[in-house]
Amino acid sequence: MTYARRTWIVLWKDLLSERRSKETLNALFFFALLLLFLFQFALGADRERLTAALPGLLWLGFILSGLVGLGRAFLAERENDCWEGLLLVPGDKSAIYLGKVAGNLILMLLVEAILLVLFAVFFDVDLGAHPIRLIVVIGLGTLGFAAVGTLFAAMTAHVRAREVLFPVLLLPVQVPVLLGAVKATEAVLLGEPLGAVGHWLGLLAAADTIYLTVGVLTFDAVLEA
Amino acid sequence: MTSRERALGWLAGLGLTAGLVMAFGVAPREATQGNVQRIMYLHVPAILVAYLAFGVVLVASVIYLWGRAAGADRLAHASAEVGVVFTGINIATGAIWGKPTWGTWWTWDARLTSTAVLFLVYVGYLLLRGMVDEPDRRARAAAVVGILGAANIPIVHFSVKWWRALHQPSTILGPEPSPIATPIAATLLVNWIAFTLLFAYLLTARMEIARFEETHAG
Repeated sequence: MTYARRTWIVLWKDLLSERRSKETLNALFFFALLLLFLFQFALGADRERLTAALPGLLWLGFILSGLVGLGRAFLAERENDCWEGLLLVPGDKSAIYLGKVAGNLILMLLVEAILLVLFAVFFDVDLGAHPIRLIVVIGLGTLGFAAVGTLFAAMTAHVRAREVLFPVLLLPVQVPVLLGAVKATEAVLLGEPLGAVGHWLGLLAAADTIYLTVGVLTFDAVLEA
Repeated sequence: MTSRERALGWLAGLGLTAGLVMAFGVAPREATQGNVQRIMYLHVPAILVAYLAFGVVLVASVIYLWGRAAGADRLAHASAEVGVVFTGINIATGAIWGKPTWGTWWTWDARLTSTAVLFLVYVGYLLLRGMVDEPDRRARAAAVVGILGAANIPIVHFSVKWWRALHQPSTILGPEPSPIATPIAATLLVNWIAFTLLFAYLLTARMEIARFEETHAG
């Protein structure tokens, strides 16, 4: 079995079980809706203030729902005693990592799409102006988040206080991704071309590359029970 | 504790005494900031040693994942602890200096922010170590965080720098007083050497404690 095939099988398995149970996606949808209400209540109805804070709020929404979703990334394997199954996968274990990252990326992008629509409806954000630019920025930011999140989720899966430890480990590492993504999103929403935030996109791409490389190289050690 | 380690401790103590004497006796009173500037002799060596400590964590983590030597894990753990303490000293002394000089304990300046992020990453590293019971799993997980945390440092550096630069230029933090007077530079150098010796001493002492913990555990 080739490396790509093993990656695909892990991805396919995760997507299939999510499609059948819809557990994470359903819960995250309502979580996102609740976040939107909280943001509105916390900031009040002042339009100008909301508009200024919008890119930050958007990414806060992505990150909070991402934390909840990613924290569950290895739950099925742990609870159903399938961890050994992962260990028995022949060849390079990093294929599992990449499959999991891809699955989490797709899940997060789905939730983010929902959040974007909700923001468009409730906060009157114009998303249609430059959809490609927005997709590039959100894709780069989310990939970095999923790359580290998947690695740390596997690492904390067997830890007692993983609900606390997971965000405490993940959030400080993600500071540059958050900064870059918020700044780039802000520029795109203001209608600026991607070239104006080229340095931020470069930084996000560099961060993604570094995180994925470390993940691929170290996942073997993380997976061992 | 071997006689070599004890000698290292005495050497560090001697260096720190010399550094203290120089900071208050030899280094001149800074013209604009006054005596409060002398906190720099603690502030700057602390962060230099912290950088060294996190570098040691990175190297030891890589070595651990490579050959799974228990000694490398002890070294990474000890170095991370000392690094966190020195980063904390750096942030605390910076705040004490900042209050009379800038008029505020804290500002979201690029360097302050990236130091705070560095601090949080390695506090997370120590929390992780505290929460995993099995020594083998703890060592592997910690090594991964130790590597990722260090690989992230340049990314954090640039992101925070651009974040501040695009927001507003550092107006409070003026350009550094560039040619630094010789007595000031000499005092800094002595304190830096003393702090590095202290780091080496604390590192060996902490590793010895970890060895005791391992042999007497359960």
